[in-house]
Amino acid sequence: MPTPELDDFIAASARTLELPVDPAWYPMIPANLEVIFRLAGLVAEFKLPDDAEPAPVFRA
Amino acid sequence: MFDHGEASALHIARAVTRGEVTASAVIEAALARIAAHNPALNAFTDVTADRARARAAAIDARCARGEPVGPLAGVPFAVKNLFDVKGLPTRAGSKINRELPPAERDSPLIERLEAAGAVLVGALNMGEYAYDFTGENIHDGPSRNPHDPARMTGGSSGGSGGAVAGRLVPLALGSDTNGSIRVPSSLCGVFGLKPTYGRLTRARSFPFVTSLDHLGPFARTVTDLAACYDAMQGPAAGDPVCAERPAKPAVPALADALGGLRIATAGGYFHRGLSPEGHSALAAVAAALGATREIEWPEAARARAAAYVITCTEGAALHMERLRTRPQDFDPAVRDRLIAGAMVPAVAVAQAQKFRRWYRDRVLALFEEVDAVLVPATPCTAPRIGQQTFKLDGVEMPVRANLGIYTQPISFIGLPVVAVPVPLTPLPIAVQIVAAPWREDVALRIAYALEEKGVAAARKPARMGH
Repeated sequence: MPTPELDDFIAASARTLELPVDPAWYPMIPANLEVIFRLAGLVAEFKLPDDAEPAPVFRA
Repeated sequence: MFDHGEASALHIARAVTRGEVTASAVIEAALARIAAHNPALNAFTDVTADRARARAAAIDARCARGEPVGPLAGVPFAVKNLFDVKGLPTRAGSKINRELPPAERDSPLIERLEAAGAVLVGALNMGEYAYDFTGENIHDGPSRNPHDPARMTGGSSGGSGGAVAGRLVPLALGSDTNGSIRVPSSLCGVFGLKPTYGRLTRARSFPFVTSLDHLGPFARTVTDLAACYDAMQGPAAGDPVCAERPAKPAVPALADALGGLRIATAGGYFHRGLSPEGHSALAAVAAALGATREIEWPEAARARAAAYVITCTEGAALHMERLRTRPQDFDPAVRDRLIAGAMVPAVAVAQAQKFRRWYRDRVLALFEEVDAVLVPATPCTAPRIGQQTFKLDGVEMPVRANLGIYTQPISFIGLPVVAVPVPLTPLPIAVQIVAAPWREDVALRIAYALEEKGVAAARKPARMGH
């Protein structure tokens, strides 16, 4: 079940990003976000040094 | 009697080159197979018959003049419909993209295969915008598995797997961002190669997640797979990720003995959720190779999580304007994940990309000790079309997101993989042979040895007769 905070976050994000979210398909947005945030949390909790470089390297 | 449906690509090319069969006869036979079987398999979305006939006639004319016709002379092939094909809108499995103007030029990979004598016969069904592991498509209907049309092909290169397994063509091209070549290879029981990230140009193909996108071939024999791959290698303009590496042909060394190659399996994450069939296939492959060592693969679950975050956010960035203006024209299952991805804070993506480099360094250290690692390709054999969930280790999980649990941690850092089909009854399932970056040759040699031993094979679907 989505929390009220997640519902608020989705409503604010949709307005800010100008993304239409139809009530008919709304329930799948928090369901997907919950999965993504859980997986992002798994990555975020992994300690990396401050000087860790992201994978993509741009060369001028 | 030349068996057009069962002949390998290289068998066809030899026969055409020697004048034993004409390219035109080969292409007519392929078009007839597509007409007969595509209504059941739904692999093709476009058939380029006129173009293919003209190309075949040109090859036959060259043969008649005694001119060279290339190593893939007369071989019919088809491409996932996210490759640019001159004259067709590049639909990428979507409703929206089919309104695009027709492509003005073929993808360079098509150009390279045709320069080698192969003949494009059409474009193939796929999951919308490649965000899919099932092979289902709400606009074009599902790709259907030749071993059982009520079952999934796997995706997103579902038509590619189905067309090769169903004997419509001996070669097909697909794309693989998180597993979209290896999953259909497994469920359809054909060989698939996901080369090293940056090995094959992605120019003039419709992207999904440029940080993770790869293109590669499907075939029914390892030699065909390697020959197709060899014909496509080399630097190319138009894809900044494509490496400035010279082509490194794999075919000449395919049959080299495996002596000295250190081959291991990976435990932990790669055994969790695996079905009995997956365990059987992995055990058969490991036994045939004498691979008794089991290594610990670092942080695979976190790698999959990071790939998931990068995928949904980069995918959302790509489709943002379409999500704003035409959300009703998406497949709902794709749209809802992309909208969620658009709302993910950027810090999550930055962290995922930092973790990616850390993880790459750790995994590459493993390849100091081993030359190849065997891991499952999919948790199970082909689910039924429309099936929403399956049980992994007794836990009910969504099919769509979890068919790629074993492929995502590998493609996340661009390692080359050959998916080798183990012809279990009634349905096949594949094992991934994972090698160090730029060592496709190692994975292909091992796949070839497994094929020679009879452990890996693209078995003809029982419903097509013997």
